[in-house]
Amino acid sequence: MMAVLDTVMDPEVPVLSVVELGIIREVDVRDDVVRVVVTPTYSGCPAMRVIEEDIEAALRSHGATKVEITTRHSPAWTTNWMPALAREKLRAYGIAPPGAAAQDVPVSIGRRRPAMRCPYCGSAATEMRSEFGSTACKAIHFCTACEQPFEEFKPI
Amino acid sequence: MSQPDVFEYLLRLADDRLVLGHRVSEWCGHAPILEEDIALANIALDLIGQANLLLTAAGAAEGKGRDADALAFLRDELDYRNALIVELPKGDFGFTLTRQFLFSAHALVLTDALRSSKNTELGGLADKMHKESRYHVRHSGDWMLRIGDGTEESHQRAQAAVNELWRYTGELFMADDIERRLAAQGIAVDSSKLETPWRAQVDDVLKRAGLTVPSVAWMQRGGRQGRHTEHLGHLLAEMQTLQRQHPGASW
Repeated sequence: MMAVLDTVMDPEVPVLSVVELGIIREVDVRDDVVRVVVTPTYSGCPAMRVIEEDIEAALRSHGATKVEITTRHSPAWTTNWMPALAREKLRAYGIAPPGAAAQDVPVSIGRRRPAMRCPYCGSAATEMRSEFGSTACKAIHFCTACEQPFEEFKPI
Repeated sequence: MSQPDVFEYLLRLADDRLVLGHRVSEWCGHAPILEEDIALANIALDLIGQANLLLTAAGAAEGKGRDADALAFLRDELDYRNALIVELPKGDFGFTLTRQFLFSAHALVLTDALRSSKNTELGGLADKMHKESRYHVRHSGDWMLRIGDGTEESHQRAQAAVNELWRYTGELFMADDIERRLAAQGIAVDSSKLETPWRAQVDDVLKRAGLTVPSVAWMQRGGRQGRHTEHLGHLLAEMQTLQRQHPGASW
């Protein structure tokens, strides 16, 4: 069943499957019912409903007749659940992968954050242009070496 | 099992975020630059998403079968439990960012403390909200430095916003019996304990921004008891119009 879920792609970041995104907490089959436990990413992520529909459709197309998707909020999703292979896929797609998410350090305000490495040319001569990109999970940076804007999948 | 205290507490958390999320969404298409339009729309989405989760949990605690939509769209002004600060009109960009900073700094310390709530659903939601509050406070905090320490006009507007908003901050730290009962059970946080860590961060940023905290003799209050400013009714009229005119409409 995990292999089936690995074919369901994130609609906003179509190189990552929902498994690689780290949102699938459990899958099991009992009495003809496939039960999937999902931990959603951002509170305001509009893609979550589409993702659930896609999961159900994929399981049904592989013969599942009853699918139950439940949501688990604790512990909260973190980009630390994204495996190394998924990070490499992001980079190859042109999105700088998330660094380690640290929640217990104080929030620093007005301080320059460490520069991201450009996913296209590998240069660290980059600057953040906006904390928010096309989706809540991404920030926008600009590489001064290859003069390309690029997105970062933010660590949370 | 009906848990009236938990219901009330979750409503307060949810209504703060729903009303503020609606206010911030008013910038969509109107922010001064594209990046900020996107940033504010994303923050509004986060807040409304948080409210959706909290209202769902509130409905379960109430035990009367009300879901998030019923609680958001079919309650009147008197039943809203948000603090007054979030319902004030969006004002200018400086006012919006100053409110975002004051509110997000509060959300940061509140959700941090709630992560260990004995109510595991609330604890999980707090953990998630905490992650989001971190970048919300970073976004608005960076802007406080920029506008407070910017041009003469941006400084003057930021200071005017701090002066106007300060009298609404006290309500965020007023604990009542409901909250104290829940805090004693390890479910909620006594709001009065959050003021010191909140002030530490707010004072640091305002000082670096060259802004001063006004002295305020009376802190406005009443939102938690359903006594609101005249602004909330207008906001709800707009937000609820579709469900009021076409009850049960869905798409």
